[in-house]
Amino acid sequence: MANKLISQMGLPLPIANVFAARSIITAKDALSLPESDLMALLDLGRDQVLSAIARISEITCPPYQTVLSLMEDRRSSGCHGGRLRTLLKGLDEALGGGIPPGLLTELVGPSGIGKTQFCLKLSLIAALPTCYGGLNGRVIYIDTESKFSSRRIIEIGENSFPQIFQTEGMAQEMAGRIVVLRPASLSEFTQSLEKIKLSLIQREVNLLIIDSMAGLISVNPRENESCTRGSRQQPLGWTLSFLKSVAEFSRIPIVVTNQVRGQSTEAFHYPFEGLGGDDNVTSERLESHLVAALGIQWAHAVTIRLVLEAHSGQRYIKVAKSPFSPPLAFPFIVDSSGIVPLSDDGIELTGQEISTIRFQVQQI
Amino acid sequence: MMEISSLPISASHRSKLLSAGYTTLSSLSAVSPLQLSRDLNVALQEAVDILKVSSESCRVEVQDGDVEFCKGAQTAWDMLSEEQALRHISTGSGDLDSIFGGGIHCKEVTEIGGVPGIGKTQLGIQLAINVQIPYDFGGLGGKAIYIDTEGSFMAERAYQIAEASIWDTFDNFGCQPKEIPEKLKPESFLANIFYFRICSYTEQIALINYLEQFLVEHKDVKIVIIDSVTFHFRQDFDDLAIRTRVLGGMSLKLMNLAKKFSLSVVLMNQVTTKFTEGSFHLTLALGDSWSHSCTNRVILYWNGNDRHAYLDKSPYLRPASVHFSVTGKGIRDATSQCKRVRMM
Repeated sequence: MANKLISQMGLPLPIANVFAARSIITAKDALSLPESDLMALLDLGRDQVLSAIARISEITCPPYQTVLSLMEDRRSSGCHGGRLRTLLKGLDEALGGGIPPGLLTELVGPSGIGKTQFCLKLSLIAALPTCYGGLNGRVIYIDTESKFSSRRIIEIGENSFPQIFQTEGMAQEMAGRIVVLRPASLSEFTQSLEKIKLSLIQREVNLLIIDSMAGLISVNPRENESCTRGSRQQPLGWTLSFLKSVAEFSRIPIVVTNQVRGQSTEAFHYPFEGLGGDDNVTSERLESHLVAALGIQWAHAVTIRLVLEAHSGQRYIKVAKSPFSPPLAFPFIVDSSGIVPLSDDGIELTGQEISTIRFQVQQI
Repeated sequence: MMEISSLPISASHRSKLLSAGYTTLSSLSAVSPLQLSRDLNVALQEAVDILKVSSESCRVEVQDGDVEFCKGAQTAWDMLSEEQALRHISTGSGDLDSIFGGGIHCKEVTEIGGVPGIGKTQLGIQLAINVQIPYDFGGLGGKAIYIDTEGSFMAERAYQIAEASIWDTFDNFGCQPKEIPEKLKPESFLANIFYFRICSYTEQIALINYLEQFLVEHKDVKIVIIDSVTFHFRQDFDDLAIRTRVLGGMSLKLMNLAKKFSLSVVLMNQVTTKFTEGSFHLTLALGDSWSHSCTNRVILYWNGNDRHAYLDKSPYLRPASVHFSVTGKGIRDATSQCKRVRMM
């Protein structure tokens, strides 16, 4: 709605002409200037500019919904845009039935922990007929690190859903529903996003997976944070806005993976927290010095963050950020049928434990 | 003495005034519209407009009585009694209320910041529900506007919080569940939250411009929550100097709305890292000039395993820090954490 044309907003003709003459064409052009700048640019009096802005704002502003009607809408569209089950029973319960549609869900973890395995399994589940707990639809899998393995996906399928995959032709049909894109660069990635946007919004696709986001945008986070508006920040910001709006309009789940990086100094603190409790900080550092890549701006934007980590000889998947779930961790293993839960009872987490990412090298 | 250059008029009028020798406001005070239009060589109506603007900018009317010698002003005593008459919006946690000075204040802009997952959205939803607690039960009985820029609002979660808030309120007043009147069902609470989903900063500016008109039509709105004010401005605004000024204009409008409609404005902000005095610190986003634009600023942060809130800025309360928790029922005091209810 930001690109609505001012010429079509029913402003008085002379005023509309002044806007056009100064090439202020869209609502975005007009509203991203301070009012005094606009007055100087258009050479109009204050009352005229204010009433024009009021009119433009009224038209550009999206309509409201009460939360009640919002909830009823979501309930009635329940069949489509249903939650994507992960088939990890405890995790599904914690998430209220699975990965919710219309939101960004992030998987963070060190390399080799099983992020791609989880993505492969999710794409398979989304392709399955609904009677087997799937979404019976197509999947777009954006594979930026060339980790997608079609052989592995058939293997997972055969081991997890033998009844389907032993049926003649079903393996072909299921695998045929998973469309893999392999953009080589960020610009190619944005192009392919633009291309699939239409089919996403027309609901021809039931799941979008991006594995991995960090692979595309490898930024030096330190530099990135200190000059927030650096040129490298832009593509990430654009992608974020784009993915969020696509998720919302198409009401499909979007799953994005993120890498971890070592944290070079101790955890950031607010100035007012002071330097007290230093011992605490150092002991913490020894145990965990991994943080999610892509920085804090990205972390703000994802609605659900699932962390995959390993400690005390065990791999865990935990709900680190979610507006409707308690923080719980579930142990799992990776075997021939993909990710397998060891227990459906979550381990309750408290405090910093929720967001830290631990990784100890294991013999597997 | 006020200068012509500070008048809110168009650039060409300003230059015409200056070249015709009108440099101060007082030089305009004695001139007739006709004379001005001849001097400036503009239409009569334009001259009238200029004079109207100039008289508005220098109006200091002396009226009868000594209380109101200046239009729109209030004495400190009046403000105090008005302030005491206002009720505050409870956050659901008594401790958290105390650092806000008894709850979120009406007529003020409050900024709440914190790292991802600390509970900003939860607090926002909680406030949108709690503002609706009826007047007889110690609330404001108002409605809420929720402006969602990030898409993180959960209607189902709002339902849970509404349910818990209604139960707790009645519990505190010793009522039986069956005495709960029909209009105090969670459904009617949800119907009183006006939800705007904003997808770009243009829409955000447009909505805030339009909000005044909306509030005239919906006078019972007592809280406006923007979650978050940061998101779109951080993504795609190229010119930083203009961004600062646009944000400044926006916060000014919000402050005026808060005063005019006697409602509370709550802005959620994200955090960023900042390099000062040789080390990196967490700080709220949008820069230093933005930090001037809110009356109160509270930062939610992790302290070990606990959620804490720190009062960073307030015109009358001392900096303080309290412990709170996010439970299945919403925001509560930290002591109730042991009996955390598993959600859904």
